[in-house]
Amino acid sequence: MTPQSNFLIMAVIKPERLLELREILGSMTSKPGFANPHNELVPFARLDTLHVARFTIVEAKTAEDICQHGVPEHQWKTSLAFLGDCDGSAELLLKTMVDIAEPGLRKIFSTCEGFNDQQSVLNWMLSHDIKPQANYINWVGRTVRQVHEEAALHKSLSGYMQQLVADKGDQDIRAFRQDLLTHVELEVEAGRLTITTPEATPAGWKLRNLIHMFGIPVMLLLISPLILIFSPFILWKLRSLETTDPEITLRPDRSHIQSMSIQEDHDVSNHFNVFGDVKPGLFRLILLKFILLLLDYSARHVYNRGFLTRIRSIHFARWVLLDNNRHLFFASNYDGSHESYMDDFVNKVAWGLNLVFSNGVAYPRTRWLVKGGAEREHLYKKTLRRHQLPSEVWYKAYPGLTAFDLARNSRIRAGVEQYPVDDEAIREWLRLL
Amino acid sequence: MKSNTNNSAGGFEFDDVQSLIRFGNARLVESCFLLLKIADVLAAREWLASADISTALLKDELPEQIIQIAFSAQGMKMMQLSDEIIEGFSDEFIVGMQGDESRSRRLGDIGENHPQQWDWGGSVEEMPHIVLLLYSIKGGLTKFRQQLEDDHFITAFEVSGELPTDELGVREPFGFVDGISQPRIDWEQKQSTDIHQRDQYSNWLVPGEVVLGYRNEYGLYTPRPLVDAEQDELALNLPQAEDEPGLRDLGRNGSYLVIRQLHQDVIGFWKTVHRESDLDPHKADELAASMVGRKRDGSPLISSSQRLIPGISRNSINNQFNYDLDPDGIRCPVSSHIRRSNPRTGDYPPDVNGFLSRMIRLAGFGQKRPDDDLIASSRFHRLLRRGRSYGPRLHPEDAIRKGAEKADRGLEFMCLVGNINRQFEFVQNAWIMNSKFAGLKNERDPLTGTREPLINGAETDKFKQPTNAGPSCITHDMAQFVTVRGGGYFFMPGIRALRYIARVKTKKDGDSV
Repeated sequence: MTPQSNFLIMAVIKPERLLELREILGSMTSKPGFANPHNELVPFARLDTLHVARFTIVEAKTAEDICQHGVPEHQWKTSLAFLGDCDGSAELLLKTMVDIAEPGLRKIFSTCEGFNDQQSVLNWMLSHDIKPQANYINWVGRTVRQVHEEAALHKSLSGYMQQLVADKGDQDIRAFRQDLLTHVELEVEAGRLTITTPEATPAGWKLRNLIHMFGIPVMLLLISPLILIFSPFILWKLRSLETTDPEITLRPDRSHIQSMSIQEDHDVSNHFNVFGDVKPGLFRLILLKFILLLLDYSARHVYNRGFLTRIRSIHFARWVLLDNNRHLFFASNYDGSHESYMDDFVNKVAWGLNLVFSNGVAYPRTRWLVKGGAEREHLYKKTLRRHQLPSEVWYKAYPGLTAFDLARNSRIRAGVEQYPVDDEAIREWLRLL
Repeated sequence: MKSNTNNSAGGFEFDDVQSLIRFGNARLVESCFLLLKIADVLAAREWLASADISTALLKDELPEQIIQIAFSAQGMKMMQLSDEIIEGFSDEFIVGMQGDESRSRRLGDIGENHPQQWDWGGSVEEMPHIVLLLYSIKGGLTKFRQQLEDDHFITAFEVSGELPTDELGVREPFGFVDGISQPRIDWEQKQSTDIHQRDQYSNWLVPGEVVLGYRNEYGLYTPRPLVDAEQDELALNLPQAEDEPGLRDLGRNGSYLVIRQLHQDVIGFWKTVHRESDLDPHKADELAASMVGRKRDGSPLISSSQRLIPGISRNSINNQFNYDLDPDGIRCPVSSHIRRSNPRTGDYPPDVNGFLSRMIRLAGFGQKRPDDDLIASSRFHRLLRRGRSYGPRLHPEDAIRKGAEKADRGLEFMCLVGNINRQFEFVQNAWIMNSKFAGLKNERDPLTGTREPLINGAETDKFKQPTNAGPSCITHDMAQFVTVRGGGYFFMPGIRALRYIARVKTKKDGDSV
């Protein structure tokens, strides 16, 4: 299988070019915030390893919040974030992108500081690339090609199935399956369907993954005596901060909410950007980094097959510390409406949100790190919306498909390629079509 | 949690709550919903100050006529409530059901359903200020209304419209028995809302999910306008806010009323169902029942559950069921209307029965099937329905005959909720209209859904009935059967809040004059 990679190119925008940049990015969309896959500047559709991508203008809209911690506002210069998730090497993708879209990229990045026409766009992008502290991939190794092929397979099988039911309604299910398999073979021969065998997993990646998988627990084991010794202090410090952290209950502006909701629900999936300050103090920073380490670990080795605890609707998500650990940037791609996304999080994994985001300024008060916080439904939703940012352009390579659809399509393919265990398995498989 | 610092009725403050929040008033079979514009604010205040709005207090003698009242955001502005107070309501109430393209998109109010096509409420200008709900026993409505619309009333209000309603029967216009399932409000607040105690589905609902000013299913208070009596003397009329005793609660004992006039294409529905069943009436009935999730006589497609559902009486055999034993949707298709509008889920999938199994699920493990745990927990998304149908009755057998008359018929869908966004809009968007509900493949509600294709062109006009045999039975190319003709979000105030809106003065000791 081909593991995915990501990129996040971040650059400060020249203030006098900001308006122009918005117009340039706006020209790439077919609906508000929604990419035209064949736009003239960066034709995303021609990048066949790109799953999702976005151009977001990262502005500090909640900069004053941190003053309630007795700390002066951090100066953040409005920046352009260009991020994406792809199959295989991100560097290779960026190189291909430059080959296809150099003029468009130049036009966009020329509005950023430190970019000049002489230099290589690729080098400039690579030098501005930032790696996340934690990264989540719904299904590690599921490529864009696989998504498209399995979706086509499903469509073909469903269509033929309907014909079979009409013509031969009562036949034995094994005969049904045989007919469907024959249909697939014929379609593949005729070139109307392709089912590519996954590539071999790169050895280097396998090795690094294995080292990480065992290395982190070993490292944690080694430092655990230290953690144990300091645990009374840690717990005391945590509670002392939790009870004294200011509670910021500002209501998000309706026009701000509208700037985001206008971009939502054009596809069955949506995107999400959250940007805020990390709470001041070394304790909070170390805690956050530790939690992000655990999150990244679990995403890589535990939650890499379609689910992130109880949530199955996230395609890609990442957590990035920016500006010398002063800011946290969260970007995700999820299925369903914003409200159902919030509902899932509040009701199914509030504890997880609390672990990470309680270290961000203005998050609702938590108790013992996992209680409270997102459980305080209304306050949580308010503060998320306040810290949310719209994207100028958002692209997803498979419109109309949810993560669950993708998993189902893989099961359908497995039903074609693998011999069924028993009749019930065949029935279950037929029910998917 | 026992609350009520302002306990006046020995229990819940029923004398301050409008009747409709507690009773469906099914005895009062005649109804008429007047859409009013405020013509003269002073006259309106006078009328509202002494209006006999029926409360939820159980009287020995049951009333023969009742009036209920609700205000739109425009209505509250017209009554000259301060901006600060109006901002205390939710965003969706302030903006209105029709006021935001993104909201319309989410609710499925697009194409034929778009507010631009509505008969009423489709714009800020068309939004009524007040909705006056009149109910009467049979034969009494006309006189009741005549008595109501006296000189004083006519000075104060202009009747800008009237929602059609029919005499209340047991069946809704498609011919199905309706109103069987309702959440049961836990007025005495015996059920816990704690997340460790609600693994399974319960029909009890904490009062705060419908009545503002009380704890909701999160154990917290839904925001509503709170007024400082020190700055506003008239606020002494209002009850104290439970969560902020220093302030007065304009929302307490009130609720949000959602109204949507839904036109039902009874002829189209039954003709489609017959056509798809090779004109066999029995099969047609079965297909229709699959789409609704109940047979026409109201009996569910699922047999009674083994475990009694709390909040549903043992004798309610038509309501004592959940979908735990039918995950494939073979008995009752997952896409069916009642399964979508109330999936009867608990906080956790059905197999969770203790701390360990809960922890395993919490971490995302223990899945029994690829498609389990996809639906949200129902208790945060319940609707207290109070709708009434309208239009000439057309029997299903007559609907398929040649020359069956098209008419304006449908449902004035009405529900009472504490949180419009999380309850009504969530059900409508994440459940009813969602083409991916519970992992379905591009199907919307067969009865009430739009047939809008997805952005990649995928059609959503199918209805799939899974079978035991394996291959599913699919109905294709369904037209839209329900069209939105009007609607709005309204605030149904408590009685004391109503008097506050009417600017009734207070005596020195805080009682209203």
